Amino acid sequence: MRVMAQMAMVMNLDKCIGCHTCSVTCKQAWTNRAGTEYVWFNNVETRPGLGYPRTYEDQDEWQGGWVRKPNGRLALRAGGRVKKLLSIFSNPKLPSIDDYYEPWTYDYETLTSSPQTDTFPVARPKSLISGEDMNVEWSANWDDDLGGSQEHAARDVMLKGIEDKVRLEFEQTFMFYLPRICEHCLNPSCAASCPSGAIYKREEDGIVLVDQDRCRGWRMCVSGCPYKKVYFNHKTGKAEKCTFCYPRVEVGIPTVCSETCVGRLRYIGLVLYDADKVLEAASIEDEHALYDAQRACFLDPEDPEVQRAAEQAGIPGDWVEAARKSPVWALINRYEVALPLHPEYRTMPMVWYIPPLSPVVDVVRDTGEDAEDRGNLFAAIDTLRIPVEYLANLFTAGDTVPVDRVLKKLAAMRSYMRDINLGRDPDESIPAAVGMTGEQMYEMFRLLAIAKYSERYVIPPAHAEQAHALEELATECPVSEYGGGQQDLFGEGSGYPTPVAVENFRMLQDRQTSDTLAAPDDKSSRVNLLNWDGKGTPDGLFPPRNDGGAA
Amino acid sequence: MNVFLWVIVPYLCLAVFVVGHVWRYRYDKFGWTTRSSQLYEDRLLRLGSPLFHFGMLGVVGGHVVGLLVPRSWTDAVGVDDHLYHYLAVGGGLAAGIAAVVGMVILIYRRRTVGPVFSATTVMDKVMYAFLAAAILLGMWNTIAGSIFTLGGEYNYREGVSVWYRSFLAFQPDADLMAAAPIGFQLHALVAFALFALWPFTRLVHVFSAPLGYLTRPYVVYRSRDDRPLGNAAPRRGWDQVPR
Repeated sequence: MRVMAQMAMVMNLDKCIGCHTCSVTCKQAWTNRAGTEYVWFNNVETRPGLGYPRTYEDQDEWQGGWVRKPNGRLALRAGGRVKKLLSIFSNPKLPSIDDYYEPWTYDYETLTSSPQTDTFPVARPKSLISGEDMNVEWSANWDDDLGGSQEHAARDVMLKGIEDKVRLEFEQTFMFYLPRICEHCLNPSCAASCPSGAIYKREEDGIVLVDQDRCRGWRMCVSGCPYKKVYFNHKTGKAEKCTFCYPRVEVGIPTVCSETCVGRLRYIGLVLYDADKVLEAASIEDEHALYDAQRACFLDPEDPEVQRAAEQAGIPGDWVEAARKSPVWALINRYEVALPLHPEYRTMPMVWYIPPLSPVVDVVRDTGEDAEDRGNLFAAIDTLRIPVEYLANLFTAGDTVPVDRVLKKLAAMRSYMRDINLGRDPDESIPAAVGMTGEQMYEMFRLLAIAKYSERYVIPPAHAEQAHALEELATECPVSEYGGGQQDLFGEGSGYPTPVAVENFRMLQDRQTSDTLAAPDDKSSRVNLLNWDGKGTPDGLFPPRNDGGAA
Repeated sequence: MNVFLWVIVPYLCLAVFVVGHVWRYRYDKFGWTTRSSQLYEDRLLRLGSPLFHFGMLGVVGGHVVGLLVPRSWTDAVGVDDHLYHYLAVGGGLAAGIAAVVGMVILIYRRRTVGPVFSATTVMDKVMYAFLAAAILLGMWNTIAGSIFTLGGEYNYREGVSVWYRSFLAFQPDADLMAAAPIGFQLHALVAFALFALWPFTRLVHVFSAPLGYLTRPYVVYRSRDDRPLGNAAPRRGWDQVPR
C-alpha cells in the first residue's frame, strides 16, 4: 500500500443554474492574458450539446486518453512513445482554433470617435488572432441553454446509441449544465503524452501542473487529454491548464470557481488513495467496472491501518484528519452519489459529479403528478430511459445501474425530507428502499443542501515550515526583484515568471500610487476596470478631451 | 585575412554558440520553446514541417558523416570514392530537396497566413535569412560542385572536412579553407553566423529534442518545489539596508 493524498472536487449538478460565474471568475483570475483569450480552464456546458471544444468527447476522432490493449496493458490512444516522437513536427490530432473558437474583441473606438452620421456607429467584432474583421460564429458556450440545438446537439457524441429516441425540439428535450475543470486524474494521459516531462502530478496533493520552464511547446498534452483541458498559449508557446488554484489551496482556501459558485454546488476535499492500485484499476477490461475499480483505489481514512500507512508515507496528521472530514470522500464512498466523468477514458479522473435528478423531476411535474412522491419518482426513473442513458454515457461508460441507484437515492432524499420539513413523521421505508438509514439520509441531505463553507471546503493548508516558498505568499525575494526579461527579443513572456501574489501586489500598488488612477503607464490603451475605483479618468478609458472647443 | 576568416571568426562564433546557450538556458527557460504556430494554421504545416524537419535531420546526419569521418575510415571499411560520392550525393540531394521544399512551404506559410506572420519576431526573420542562405549554398555546392563540377573538381573530404576536424581539435589549419571553392567558403561562413545566432533564436528547441521520453515513466511525480522560480538560486527575502 502506497498512500497518497489527492485534492479532489465533487459538483452537484442539480444545483447548477448555468450562470457561468465560475467560468468568468476563473478567467479573470487566470486566463485574461494575451495568448489565452480562447482558454477556459473552467467552462460550463449545456448538455445535450457539443461541449467545448466542439465534440471533444469523440475519442475516435481526437484520440485522447488511454486504451486497453488486448494483452491487458494500457496504451495511449494516440500512439506510443515512438509514434509520438515521429509525429512531433506536426501534431496530427491537435484541435484547430476553430474547434475551440476564434476569440474576438470589439472595435469600441468607433463608437466614440465616429464622425456624426445618420446611422448609429457600430463596434465591429475583430479577431484576436488575426486582427481582422470577423463574423462571430461560435464560442465556448454557443449552444448555451440548448440555443440552436436542433442543428448542433444531434452531433453530441454522448447521444450515440440513443439518438433516434431523443427529441431535441424545445419543450420535449431535457437539459442540464455540466461545469468542467481539469480532472487532475490519478493516471493523467496529458502527463504521459508530454515528451518533455513538463507535466507532473504533485506528490503532496495530486494536483496536475505544467512546469512552464520545462514545457517546450510540443503540444502532445493538448491532444493527449481526452477532456481537452490542456490548452496551448499561442503567445508564449507553452501549454497551460487548470491549476486547481494551487496558490489558494496551499493556504487553505478553495479554488476561485468554488469560492464564487452561486449555487454552492462544489465540494473540495482530500481523498487518500493507494497509488499501487491505480494502474491495475485503470487497466480493468470491463468499462462498466471502471467506476467501482476507481472507488476501490480510495482508502478509508477511518481505517487505523490506512492512517498508519499514511503516517509512514509522510502525510501530515492534519491532512489525514482533513481526509476524514472530506465531503468528497463522503459523497463518493459513504453515500455513493458522486460519479466520475467519463471513466472509460481510463485516466481515473478526480472531479466527480452528482448526476442531476432534475430532468426526471421536470417530467413528472409537467404531467401534473406529485414530483416529490417516491413512487412517482422511482417509476419515472425506471421509465425515463433517455435521460438516464444519457447520464450513464457521461458518468459510467454507459452502465445505467449506478446512475439508477444514485438518482433513486436523490429521489428518496427528496420525498423523505419533505415529510420532515412538513412536520410529518418520517417514513423510514423510504431510505430503506435505497439501502440507507434515516440518519444517513439526513446527514446526506445536510451535506447536499445546507453544508456551510467549512463543511463544503475541507482544505488542509500546506505546512507553515514550507510557507516561505508558497506561491501565494511569495516572500522568497523582494517584490522589486521579480520580472524583467527580454520581451522584445525572445517573444512575450520570456524572463523569470512573476508569482501571482506579486502581480496582485503591483497592481494594488499602482492603483494607490499612480497619478492617473489605475491606468498602468506601459499600457496606455488598456484599462483594468476591476481596479478602477471610479475616481479620475485613466488614460484610454475616455477619448482625449478637446480643451480648445466646446466639450 | 585567412587567419581572421578561418580561425578567429569560427572560434568567436563557437564561443558565442556555447556561452549563449548557457546564458539563455539559465536566464530564459520560460522563453525556451518551439513557438509553434500550429494552432493558427494546420494544413500547410502538416505538409511542410515534417518535410523540412526530417530533411534537416538527414542533412545534419550527412554533415556529421561528411565532416567528422576521415577518408581513411571509409576506405578501411571498403567504401571507395565512387561509392561514397554516389551515397553522399544521393542522400544529400534527397534530404536537401526535402528540406528546401519544406522550407519553401513553411516560409510561404509564414508570409501569407496573417496570424502566423504577425507572430513572427525580428529574430525569426534574421534566422530564416541565414538558415535559407546556408541551405541554398549547401545545395549549390552539392549540385554545381559535385554533380556538374562547375569550377573544377573539389574533394571536400581532403579540404573542408580536414579543416573542420582541425578546428574542432583546436589546431586549425586555415590554408585548407582558403584553398576551397568560394561556394564552400560562403556556406561555411553563413553556417558559422547561424551558429552564433542560434542561442538567441527559436533554434534552441533543437537541444530540447525529447529523447528522454523514450525511457522515462509515463506519469511524472514531483514534490512541491522548494524553489518555485526557475533555476535561479533563491534570492534573499529582504532588502538590504543601504548604509
